[in-house]
Amino acid sequence: MALYSDKVMDHFRNPRNVGTIENADGVGEVGNAKCGDIMTMYLKIDDDVITDVKFETFGCGSAIASSSMATEMIKGKPVSEALTVTNKAVAEALDGLPAHKMHCSVLAEEAIKAALKDYYDKNGIAYDPELFPGESCAHCEH
Amino acid sequence: MRVYADNAATTKMSRTAIDAMLPYLETHYGNPSSLYSIGQEAAEALLAARETVAGCLGCEPREITFTSGGSEADNQAIMTAAAIGARNGKKHIISTAFEHHAVLHTLNKLARQGYDITLLDVHENGIVTPEQVAEAIREDTCLVTIMYANNEIGSIQPIPEIGKVCREKGVLFHTDAVQAAGHLAIDVKAQNIDMLSLSGHKFHGPKGVGALYCRKGIPLTNLIEGGAQERGKRAGTENVAGIVSMAAALKEACDNLDETAPRVAAMRDRLIDGLLQIPHSVLNGDRTSRLPGNVNICFEGIEGESLLLMLDDEGVCASSGSACTSGSLDPSHVLLAIGRPHEIAHGSLRLSLCDTNTDEEIDHILEVVPKVVTHLRGFSPVWRDLESGKREHLI
Repeated sequence: MALYSDKVMDHFRNPRNVGTIENADGVGEVGNAKCGDIMTMYLKIDDDVITDVKFETFGCGSAIASSSMATEMIKGKPVSEALTVTNKAVAEALDGLPAHKMHCSVLAEEAIKAALKDYYDKNGIAYDPELFPGESCAHCEH
Repeated sequence: MRVYADNAATTKMSRTAIDAMLPYLETHYGNPSSLYSIGQEAAEALLAARETVAGCLGCEPREITFTSGGSEADNQAIMTAAAIGARNGKKHIISTAFEHHAVLHTLNKLARQGYDITLLDVHENGIVTPEQVAEAIREDTCLVTIMYANNEIGSIQPIPEIGKVCREKGVLFHTDAVQAAGHLAIDVKAQNIDMLSLSGHKFHGPKGVGALYCRKGIPLTNLIEGGAQERGKRAGTENVAGIVSMAAALKEACDNLDETAPRVAAMRDRLIDGLLQIPHSVLNGDRTSRLPGNVNICFEGIEGESLLLMLDDEGVCASSGSACTSGSLDPSHVLLAIGRPHEIAHGSLRLSLCDTNTDEEIDHILEVVPKVVTHLRGFSPVWRDLESGKREHLI
Protein backbone atom coordinates (compact mmCIF):
# COMPACT_ATOMS: atom_id res chain seq x y z
CA MET A 1 0.00 0.00 0.00
CA ALA A 2 1.28 3.43 -0.86
CA LEU A 3 1.87 5.99 1.87
CA TYR A 4 -0.54 8.47 0.25
CA SER A 5 -3.75 8.30 -1.78
CA ASP A 6 -3.61 8.93 -5.54
CA LYS A 7 -5.26 12.26 -4.92
CA VAL A 8 -2.59 13.37 -2.46
CA MET A 9 0.09 12.35 -4.93
CA ASP A 10 -1.71 14.16 -7.76
CA HIS A 11 -1.85 17.40 -5.76
CA PHE A 12 1.74 16.91 -4.63
CA ARG A 13 3.01 16.32 -8.16
CA ASN A 14 0.82 18.97 -9.78
CA PRO A 15 0.04 21.49 -7.09
CA ARG A 16 -2.78 23.87 -8.04
CA ASN A 17 -2.56 27.63 -7.53
CA VAL A 18 1.12 27.78 -6.68
CA GLY A 19 2.69 31.19 -6.31
CA THR A 20 2.08 34.59 -4.80
CA ILE A 21 -0.35 37.46 -5.44
CA GLU A 22 0.97 41.01 -5.64
CA ASN A 23 -1.03 43.35 -3.40
CA ALA A 24 -3.11 40.48 -2.07
CA ASP A 25 -6.18 41.43 -0.06
CA GLY A 26 -5.32 38.87 2.57
CA VAL A 27 -2.12 36.98 3.38
CA GLY A 28 -1.81 34.27 6.00
CA GLU A 29 1.34 32.42 7.02
CA VAL A 30 1.22 29.54 9.51
CA GLY A 31 3.60 26.89 10.77
CA ASN A 32 7.24 27.02 11.74
CA ALA A 33 10.39 26.07 9.88
CA LYS A 34 11.63 24.34 13.01
CA CYS A 35 8.62 22.00 12.86
CA GLY A 36 9.28 21.36 9.21
CA ASP A 37 6.25 23.02 7.64
CA ILE A 38 5.20 26.55 6.73
CA MET A 39 2.26 27.52 4.54
CA THR A 40 1.56 30.94 3.08
CA MET A 41 -1.79 31.69 1.50
CA TYR A 42 -2.57 34.75 -0.63
CA LEU A 43 -6.16 35.86 -1.38
CA LYS A 44 -7.66 38.27 -3.89
CA ILE A 45 -11.14 39.23 -2.72
CA ASP A 46 -13.78 41.20 -4.65
CA ASP A 47 -17.21 41.89 -3.15
CA ASP A 48 -16.58 39.33 -0.45
CA VAL A 49 -15.80 36.62 -2.99
CA ILE A 50 -12.37 34.97 -3.24
CA THR A 51 -11.55 35.60 -6.88
CA ASP A 52 -8.01 34.31 -6.76
CA VAL A 53 -5.86 32.32 -4.36
CA LYS A 54 -2.21 31.25 -4.39
CA PHE A 55 -0.04 29.35 -1.96
CA GLU A 56 3.56 28.58 -1.08
CA THR A 57 4.51 25.66 1.15
CA PHE A 58 7.67 24.39 2.79
CA GLY A 59 6.84 20.92 4.00
CA CYS A 60 6.23 17.29 3.33
CA GLY A 61 4.14 15.77 0.56
CA SER A 62 0.89 15.92 2.49
CA ALA A 63 1.51 19.55 3.50
CA ILE A 64 1.93 20.53 -0.14
CA ALA A 65 -1.11 18.49 -1.20
CA SER A 66 -3.24 19.87 1.65
CA SER A 67 -2.47 23.47 0.76
CA SER A 68 -3.10 22.81 -2.91
CA MET A 69 -6.46 21.18 -2.16
CA ALA A 70 -7.40 23.97 0.25
CA THR A 71 -6.88 26.59 -2.46
CA GLU A 72 -9.16 24.69 -4.81
CA MET A 73 -11.84 24.43 -2.12
CA ILE A 74 -12.03 28.18 -1.54
CA LYS A 75 -11.39 29.60 -4.99
CA GLY A 76 -14.49 31.43 -6.28
CA LYS A 77 -16.26 31.00 -2.95
CA PRO A 78 -17.70 33.73 -0.72
CA VAL A 79 -15.57 34.56 2.30
CA SER A 80 -18.29 33.26 4.61
CA GLU A 81 -18.11 29.87 2.93
CA ALA A 82 -14.31 29.72 2.98
CA LEU A 83 -14.47 30.27 6.74
CA THR A 84 -16.37 27.02 7.14
CA VAL A 85 -13.71 24.85 5.47
CA THR A 86 -12.38 22.45 8.08
CA ASN A 87 -9.23 20.39 8.17
CA LYS A 88 -11.39 17.26 8.01
CA ALA A 89 -12.98 18.50 4.79
CA VAL A 90 -9.52 19.09 3.28
CA ALA A 91 -8.36 15.62 4.32
CA GLU A 92 -11.56 13.99 2.98
CA ALA A 93 -11.21 15.81 -0.32
CA LEU A 94 -7.77 14.23 -0.59
CA ASP A 95 -9.29 10.77 0.01
CA GLY A 96 -7.76 10.76 3.47
CA LEU A 97 -4.36 11.36 5.07
CA PRO A 98 -2.32 9.03 7.28
CA ALA A 99 -3.13 9.68 10.95
CA HIS A 100 0.27 11.21 11.68
CA LYS A 101 -0.19 13.59 8.74
CA MET A 102 -3.54 15.04 9.79
CA HIS A 103 -1.75 18.09 11.19
CA CYS A 104 -0.97 19.07 7.59
CA SER A 105 -4.70 19.53 6.94
CA VAL A 106 -4.97 21.49 10.19
CA LEU A 107 -2.25 23.78 8.91
CA ALA A 108 -4.18 24.25 5.64
CA GLU A 109 -7.34 25.26 7.53
CA GLU A 110 -5.30 27.62 9.67
CA ALA A 111 -3.66 29.17 6.60
CA ILE A 112 -7.07 29.97 5.07
CA LYS A 113 -8.26 31.48 8.35
CA ALA A 114 -5.08 33.50 8.85
CA ALA A 115 -5.42 34.97 5.35
CA LEU A 116 -9.09 35.83 5.91
CA LYS A 117 -8.33 37.42 9.27
CA ASP A 118 -5.68 39.53 7.57
CA TYR A 119 -8.29 40.59 5.01
CA TYR A 120 -10.74 41.58 7.78
CA ASP A 121 -8.02 43.44 9.70
CA LYS A 122 -6.78 45.32 6.62
CA ASN A 123 -10.30 46.44 5.72
CA GLY A 124 -11.48 47.24 9.22
CA ILE A 125 -14.25 44.66 9.01
CA ALA A 126 -15.60 43.64 12.40
CA TYR A 127 -15.59 39.90 13.18
CA ASP A 128 -16.13 37.47 15.97
CA PRO A 129 -12.63 36.74 17.37
CA GLU A 130 -13.77 33.20 18.12
CA LEU A 131 -13.70 32.55 14.39
CA PHE A 132 -9.91 32.74 14.61
CA PRO A 133 -8.69 30.79 17.60
CA GLY A 134 -5.15 31.23 16.35
CA GLU A 135 -2.54 28.74 15.42
CA SER A 136 -2.67 25.61 17.43
CA CYS A 137 0.78 24.24 16.60
CA ALA A 138 -0.34 21.45 18.89
CA HIS A 139 1.32 18.91 16.66
CA CYS A 140 4.79 19.94 17.66
CA GLU A 141 6.57 21.25 20.68
CA HIS A 142 8.40 24.19 19.19
CA MET B 1 16.08 4.63 -14.84
CA ARG B 2 15.64 3.12 -11.40
CA VAL B 3 18.50 3.83 -8.98
CA TYR B 4 18.63 2.16 -5.60
CA ALA B 5 20.68 4.49 -3.41
CA ASP B 6 19.51 3.47 0.04
CA ASN B 7 21.99 0.71 0.80
CA ALA B 8 22.45 1.91 4.37
CA ALA B 9 18.79 0.99 4.93
CA THR B 10 19.19 -2.41 3.37
CA THR B 11 20.89 -4.05 0.42
CA LYS B 12 19.82 -6.36 -2.36
CA MET B 13 20.95 -9.90 -1.62
CA SER B 14 23.87 -11.04 -3.73
CA ARG B 15 23.64 -14.12 -5.96
CA THR B 16 26.28 -15.70 -3.72
CA ALA B 17 24.17 -15.13 -0.62
CA ILE B 18 21.01 -16.49 -2.23
CA ASP B 19 22.78 -19.54 -3.64
CA ALA B 20 24.37 -20.24 -0.25
CA MET B 21 20.97 -20.15 1.42
CA LEU B 22 18.87 -22.32 -0.88
CA PRO B 23 20.24 -25.78 0.02
CA TYR B 24 19.38 -25.12 3.67
CA LEU B 25 15.80 -24.34 2.74
CA GLU B 26 15.32 -27.13 0.21
CA THR B 27 17.54 -30.07 1.17
CA HIS B 28 19.50 -29.65 4.40
CA TYR B 29 16.51 -28.29 6.29
CA GLY B 30 17.12 -30.30 9.45
CA ASN B 31 17.36 -28.89 12.93
CA PRO B 32 21.05 -28.59 13.85
CA SER B 33 20.23 -30.05 17.27
CA SER B 34 18.94 -33.31 15.71
CA LEU B 35 21.26 -36.27 15.45
CA TYR B 36 20.20 -37.68 12.06
CA SER B 37 22.10 -36.70 8.97
CA ILE B 38 20.08 -33.77 7.66
CA GLY B 39 20.24 -32.27 11.15
CA GLN B 40 23.97 -32.80 11.36
CA GLU B 41 24.46 -31.34 7.89
CA ALA B 42 22.82 -28.20 9.18
CA ALA B 43 25.01 -28.29 12.30
CA GLU B 44 28.12 -28.56 10.12
CA ALA B 45 26.95 -25.64 8.02
CA LEU B 46 26.53 -23.57 11.17
CA LEU B 47 30.02 -24.48 12.26
CA ALA B 48 31.45 -23.48 8.90
CA ALA B 49 29.49 -20.21 8.90
CA ARG B 50 30.83 -19.39 12.36
CA GLU B 51 34.37 -20.01 11.15
CA THR B 52 33.78 -17.81 8.12
CA VAL B 53 32.40 -14.90 10.15
CA ALA B 54 35.20 -15.27 12.71
CA GLY B 55 37.73 -15.24 9.88
CA CYS B 56 36.29 -11.98 8.54
CA LEU B 57 36.57 -10.32 11.96
CA GLY B 58 39.87 -11.80 13.10
CA CYS B 59 38.49 -13.71 16.08
CA GLU B 60 37.84 -17.29 17.11
CA PRO B 61 34.64 -19.06 16.00
CA ARG B 62 33.51 -19.58 19.61
CA GLU B 63 33.55 -15.80 20.07
CA ILE B 64 30.70 -15.44 17.54
CA THR B 65 27.05 -15.63 18.62
CA PHE B 66 24.42 -15.52 15.92
CA THR B 67 21.45 -13.26 16.59
CA SER B 68 18.33 -12.03 14.83
CA GLY B 69 20.17 -8.93 13.64
CA GLY B 70 22.15 -5.86 14.64
CA SER B 71 19.59 -4.59 17.16
CA GLU B 72 19.59 -7.83 19.14
CA ALA B 73 23.39 -7.94 19.09
CA ASP B 74 23.55 -4.34 20.37
CA ASN B 75 21.04 -5.09 23.10
CA GLN B 76 22.85 -8.22 24.22
CA ALA B 77 26.27 -6.58 24.25
CA ILE B 78 25.09 -3.65 26.34
CA MET B 79 23.03 -5.74 28.75
CA THR B 80 26.02 -8.06 29.15
CA ALA B 81 28.38 -5.24 30.10
CA ALA B 82 25.73 -3.71 32.36
CA ALA B 83 25.27 -6.99 34.21
CA ILE B 84 29.01 -7.42 34.69
CA GLY B 85 29.22 -3.81 35.84
CA ALA B 86 26.41 -4.26 38.34
CA ARG B 87 28.18 -7.27 39.86
CA ASN B 88 31.25 -5.06 40.41
CA GLY B 89 29.36 -2.01 41.59
CA LYS B 90 30.09 -0.17 38.34
CA LYS B 91 27.09 1.46 36.72
CA HIS B 92 28.48 4.13 34.44
CA ILE B 93 28.31 3.77 30.64
CA ILE B 94 29.89 6.00 28.00
CA SER B 95 28.42 6.34 24.53
CA THR B 96 27.73 9.07 21.97
CA ALA B 97 24.73 11.23 21.19
CA PHE B 98 24.38 9.85 17.66
CA GLU B 99 24.25 6.11 18.19
CA HIS B 100 21.60 3.95 16.56
CA HIS B 101 18.39 3.70 18.57
CA ALA B 102 19.17 0.04 19.27
CA VAL B 103 21.95 1.39 21.48
CA LEU B 104 20.38 4.64 22.70
CA HIS B 105 17.07 3.08 23.72
CA THR B 106 18.86 0.25 25.54
CA LEU B 107 20.91 2.88 27.39
CA ASN B 108 17.70 4.77 28.22
CA LYS B 109 16.32 1.59 29.74
CA LEU B 110 19.47 1.19 31.84
CA ALA B 111 19.28 4.85 32.91
CA ARG B 112 15.81 4.15 34.29
CA GLN B 113 17.37 1.25 36.21
CA GLY B 114 19.86 3.58 37.88
CA TYR B 115 22.80 3.49 35.47
CA ASP B 116 24.59 6.74 34.77
CA ILE B 117 24.95 7.37 31.04
CA THR B 118 27.43 9.83 29.51
CA LEU B 119 26.80 10.69 25.86
CA LEU B 120 29.89 12.21 24.28
CA ASP B 121 29.69 15.12 21.87
CA VAL B 122 30.40 14.08 18.28
CA HIS B 123 31.40 17.54 16.98
CA GLU B 124 30.35 19.03 13.67
CA ASN B 125 32.26 16.40 11.68
CA GLY B 126 30.53 13.54 13.48
CA ILE B 127 33.66 12.12 15.07
CA VAL B 128 34.40 11.44 18.72
CA THR B 129 38.02 11.43 19.85
CA PRO B 130 39.90 8.88 21.99
CA GLU B 131 40.84 11.79 24.29
CA GLN B 132 37.16 12.44 25.00
CA VAL B 133 36.72 8.80 25.90
CA ALA B 134 39.78 8.82 28.15
CA GLU B 135 38.52 11.90 29.97
CA ALA B 136 35.04 10.47 30.42
CA ILE B 137 36.12 7.12 31.88
CA ARG B 138 35.56 6.94 35.64
CA GLU B 139 36.26 4.41 38.37
CA ASP B 140 32.73 3.10 37.98
CA THR B 141 32.64 2.91 34.17
CA CYS B 142 31.60 -0.56 33.01
CA LEU B 143 31.22 0.02 29.26
CA VAL B 144 32.16 2.26 26.38
CA THR B 145 29.87 1.69 23.38
CA ILE B 146 30.62 3.71 20.26
CA MET B 147 29.50 2.92 16.75
CA TYR B 148 32.12 2.00 14.16
CA ALA B 149 30.58 4.27 11.53
CA ASN B 150 27.44 6.34 11.68
CA ASN B 151 24.44 5.03 9.76
CA GLU B 152 23.18 8.44 8.65
CA ILE B 153 26.23 10.58 8.02
CA GLY B 154 28.81 7.85 7.46
CA SER B 155 31.54 9.25 9.72
CA ILE B 156 34.03 6.58 10.78
CA GLN B 157 35.17 6.67 14.40
CA PRO B 158 38.79 6.13 15.55
CA ILE B 159 37.88 2.66 16.78
CA PRO B 160 41.38 1.15 17.32
CA GLU B 161 42.44 4.21 19.33
CA ILE B 162 39.27 4.24 21.42
CA GLY B 163 39.69 0.50 21.96
CA LYS B 164 43.25 1.09 23.15
CA VAL B 165 42.11 3.69 25.70
CA CYS B 166 39.45 1.29 27.00
CA ARG B 167 41.88 -1.63 27.14
CA GLU B 168 44.39 0.46 29.11
CA LYS B 169 41.74 1.56 31.56
CA GLY B 170 40.24 -1.92 31.85
CA VAL B 171 36.82 -0.94 30.54
CA LEU B 172 34.79 -3.10 28.15
CA PHE B 173 34.47 -1.66 24.66
CA HIS B 174 31.56 -2.47 22.36
CA THR B 175 31.10 -1.14 18.85
CA ASP B 176 27.98 -1.23 16.72
CA ALA B 177 29.58 -2.10 13.39
CA VAL B 178 26.34 -2.62 11.48
CA GLN B 179 27.30 -0.06 8.83
CA ALA B 180 30.98 -0.99 8.81
CA ALA B 181 31.05 -4.78 8.52
CA GLY B 182 31.66 -5.77 4.92
CA HIS B 183 32.48 -2.16 4.03
CA LEU B 184 35.61 -1.49 6.11
CA ALA B 185 38.45 -3.78 7.18
CA ILE B 186 37.74 -5.00 10.69
CA ASP B 187 40.13 -6.88 12.95
CA VAL B 188 38.73 -7.10 16.46
CA LYS B 189 42.01 -8.20 18.03
CA ALA B 190 44.21 -5.56 16.38
CA GLN B 191 41.53 -2.91 16.96
CA ASN B 192 41.08 -3.68 20.69
CA ILE B 193 37.37 -4.44 20.38
CA ASP B 194 35.71 -6.51 23.12
CA MET B 195 32.26 -6.76 21.56
CA LEU B 196 30.98 -5.99 18.08
CA SER B 197 27.56 -6.14 16.44
CA LEU B 198 26.82 -6.72 12.78
CA SER B 199 23.77 -7.31 10.61
CA GLY B 200 23.49 -9.52 7.53
CA HIS B 201 21.34 -7.36 5.30
CA LYS B 202 23.74 -4.43 5.22
CA PHE B 203 26.26 -6.29 3.04
CA HIS B 204 24.01 -8.14 0.56
CA GLY B 205 23.04 -10.87 3.02
CA PRO B 206 19.54 -11.65 4.30
CA LYS B 207 17.42 -9.69 6.77
CA GLY B 208 16.64 -11.10 10.22
CA VAL B 209 20.12 -12.37 10.98
CA GLY B 210 23.16 -10.83 12.60
CA ALA B 211 26.09 -11.66 14.81
CA LEU B 212 27.67 -10.57 18.06
CA TYR B 213 31.39 -10.96 18.57
CA CYS B 214 32.16 -11.22 22.27
CA ARG B 215 35.73 -11.67 23.40
CA LYS B 216 36.47 -14.97 25.13
CA GLY B 217 36.12 -14.68 28.88
CA ILE B 218 33.30 -12.14 28.86
CA PRO B 219 30.20 -13.98 30.09
CA LEU B 220 27.24 -13.10 27.87
CA THR B 221 23.90 -12.26 29.43
CA ASN B 222 20.97 -14.00 27.75
CA LEU B 223 18.18 -11.95 26.27
CA ILE B 224 16.29 -15.06 25.18
CA GLU B 225 16.02 -18.04 27.51
CA GLY B 226 15.35 -21.55 26.28
CA GLY B 227 17.39 -24.24 24.59
CA ALA B 228 21.13 -24.67 24.55
CA GLN B 229 21.75 -23.16 21.12
CA GLU B 230 24.66 -20.73 20.71
CA ARG B 231 26.49 -22.20 23.73
CA GLY B 232 23.39 -21.53 25.80
CA LYS B 233 23.64 -17.78 25.26
CA ARG B 234 20.93 -17.32 22.67
CA ALA B 235 18.08 -19.80 22.72
CA GLY B 236 15.95 -20.71 19.72
CA THR B 237 16.48 -22.99 16.73
CA GLU B 238 19.15 -21.39 14.60
CA ASN B 239 18.23 -19.55 11.40
CA VAL B 240 20.52 -21.89 9.51
CA ALA B 241 19.78 -20.69 5.98
CA GLY B 242 20.08 -17.06 7.06
CA ILE B 243 23.30 -17.63 8.98
CA VAL B 244 24.94 -19.56 6.14
CA SER B 245 23.87 -16.90 3.68
CA MET B 246 25.09 -14.04 5.88
CA ALA B 247 28.48 -15.72 6.27
CA ALA B 248 28.78 -16.15 2.50
CA ALA B 249 27.82 -12.52 1.93
CA LEU B 250 30.28 -11.25 4.54
CA LYS B 251 33.12 -13.32 3.09
CA GLU B 252 32.36 -12.09 -0.41
CA ALA B 253 32.24 -8.47 0.78
CA CYS B 254 35.50 -8.76 2.76
CA ASP B 255 37.32 -10.64 -0.02
CA ASN B 256 36.44 -7.92 -2.53
CA LEU B 257 36.88 -4.95 -0.23
CA ASP B 258 40.17 -3.75 -1.72
CA GLU B 259 38.55 -3.53 -5.14
CA THR B 260 35.05 -2.33 -4.24
CA ALA B 261 35.77 0.27 -1.54
CA PRO B 262 37.85 2.63 -3.73
CA ARG B 263 35.41 2.25 -6.63
CA VAL B 264 32.39 3.02 -4.45
CA ALA B 265 34.25 5.89 -2.78
CA ALA B 266 34.99 7.42 -6.19
CA MET B 267 31.27 7.40 -7.04
CA ARG B 268 30.54 8.86 -3.60
CA ASP B 269 33.03 11.68 -4.10
CA ARG B 270 31.65 12.55 -7.53
CA LEU B 271 28.16 12.65 -6.02
CA ILE B 272 29.27 14.85 -3.11
CA ASP B 273 31.16 17.28 -5.38
CA GLY B 274 28.25 17.48 -7.78
CA LEU B 275 25.54 17.98 -5.19
CA LEU B 276 27.51 20.59 -3.26
CA GLN B 277 27.31 22.72 -6.43
CA ILE B 278 23.69 23.33 -5.42
CA PRO B 279 23.72 26.70 -3.60
CA HIS B 280 23.14 26.65 0.15
CA SER B 281 23.86 22.98 0.65
CA VAL B 282 26.18 21.39 3.19
CA LEU B 283 27.76 17.97 3.60
CA ASN B 284 26.98 16.16 6.84
CA GLY B 285 29.74 14.03 8.35
CA ASP B 286 33.49 14.12 7.90
CA ARG B 287 34.62 14.39 4.30
CA THR B 288 37.50 11.91 4.52
CA SER B 289 36.87 9.61 7.48
CA ARG B 290 33.71 8.42 5.79
CA LEU B 291 32.03 5.20 4.71
CA PRO B 292 32.78 4.55 1.03
CA GLY B 293 29.10 4.66 0.07
CA ASN B 294 27.69 7.44 2.24
CA VAL B 295 26.49 10.81 0.97
CA ASN B 296 24.44 13.02 3.29
CA ILE B 297 23.66 16.60 2.36
CA CYS B 298 21.28 19.24 3.70
CA PHE B 299 19.60 21.64 1.29
CA GLU B 300 18.31 24.85 2.81
CA GLY B 301 14.69 25.89 2.27
CA ILE B 302 13.19 22.51 1.48
CA GLU B 303 11.81 19.59 3.43
CA GLY B 304 13.16 16.06 3.10
CA GLU B 305 10.03 14.00 2.65
CA SER B 306 8.81 15.98 -0.35
CA LEU B 307 12.33 15.69 -1.75
CA LEU B 308 12.21 11.90 -1.39
CA LEU B 309 8.76 11.64 -2.98
CA MET B 310 9.88 13.67 -5.98
CA LEU B 311 13.07 11.64 -6.27
CA ASP B 312 11.00 8.45 -6.18
CA ASP B 313 9.08 9.80 -9.18
CA GLU B 314 12.47 10.28 -10.86
CA GLY B 315 13.42 6.69 -10.07
CA VAL B 316 15.80 7.40 -7.18
CA CYS B 317 15.37 5.56 -3.85
CA ALA B 318 16.97 7.59 -1.05
CA SER B 319 16.31 8.56 2.57
CA SER B 320 16.13 11.65 4.74
CA GLY B 321 16.43 12.68 8.35
CA SER B 322 13.42 14.98 8.28
CA ALA B 323 10.83 14.65 11.04
CA CYS B 324 8.20 13.64 8.49
CA THR B 325 10.22 10.62 7.45
CA SER B 326 11.30 9.63 10.94
CA GLY B 327 7.74 9.45 12.19
CA SER B 328 8.65 11.58 15.18
CA LEU B 329 8.28 15.27 15.94
CA ASP B 330 11.94 16.09 15.60
CA PRO B 331 14.33 15.64 12.73
CA SER B 332 17.14 13.10 12.94
CA HIS B 333 18.94 12.96 16.30
CA VAL B 334 22.16 12.44 14.37
CA LEU B 335 21.86 15.72 12.47
CA LEU B 336 20.91 17.53 15.68
CA ALA B 337 23.91 15.93 17.42
CA ILE B 338 26.33 17.42 14.86
CA GLY B 339 24.74 20.81 15.46
CA ARG B 340 22.47 21.23 12.47
CA PRO B 341 19.54 23.49 13.37
CA HIS B 342 16.08 21.92 13.06
CA GLU B 343 15.16 23.86 9.93
CA ILE B 344 18.31 22.66 8.18
CA ALA B 345 18.03 19.09 9.41
CA HIS B 346 14.52 18.83 7.88
CA GLY B 347 16.09 19.29 4.44
CA SER B 348 18.51 16.38 4.52
CA LEU B 349 19.10 13.77 1.85
CA ARG B 350 21.02 10.53 2.38
CA LEU B 351 22.20 8.58 -0.64
CA SER B 352 24.00 5.36 0.22
CA LEU B 353 25.79 3.51 -2.55
CA CYS B 354 27.12 0.00 -2.93
CA ASP B 355 29.35 -1.87 -5.34
CA THR B 356 26.54 -2.54 -7.81
CA ASN B 357 25.77 1.15 -8.39
CA THR B 358 27.12 2.50 -11.66
CA ASP B 359 28.53 5.74 -13.04
CA GLU B 360 25.42 6.10 -15.19
CA GLU B 361 23.32 5.98 -12.03
CA ILE B 362 25.45 8.71 -10.46
CA ASP B 363 24.90 10.80 -13.60
CA HIS B 364 21.16 10.30 -13.24
CA ILE B 365 21.15 11.33 -9.57
CA LEU B 366 23.26 14.39 -10.40
CA GLU B 367 20.75 15.33 -13.07
CA VAL B 368 17.55 14.94 -11.05
CA VAL B 369 18.47 16.15 -7.54
CA PRO B 370 19.27 19.77 -8.58
CA LYS B 371 16.08 19.83 -10.64
CA VAL B 372 13.94 18.62 -7.74
CA VAL B 373 15.60 20.96 -5.22
CA THR B 374 14.98 23.93 -7.54
CA HIS B 375 11.35 22.88 -8.05
CA LEU B 376 10.66 22.62 -4.31
CA ARG B 377 12.49 25.83 -3.50
CA GLY B 378 10.37 27.50 -6.20
CA PHE B 379 7.31 27.52 -3.96
CA SER B 380 8.89 27.35 -0.52
CA PRO B 381 8.07 30.35 1.68
CA VAL B 382 11.27 29.64 3.63
CA TRP B 383 13.36 29.90 0.47
CA ARG B 384 11.49 33.07 -0.55
CA ASP B 385 12.36 34.67 2.81
CA LEU B 386 15.98 33.53 2.52
CA GLU B 387 16.31 35.01 -0.93
CA SER B 388 14.60 38.28 0.00
CA GLY B 389 16.83 38.66 3.04
CA LYS B 390 13.91 38.46 5.48
CA ARG B 391 15.47 35.28 6.84
CA GLU B 392 19.20 34.69 7.14
CA HIS B 393 20.92 31.86 5.31
CA LEU B 394 22.31 29.38 7.80
CA ILE B 395 24.32 27.37 5.28
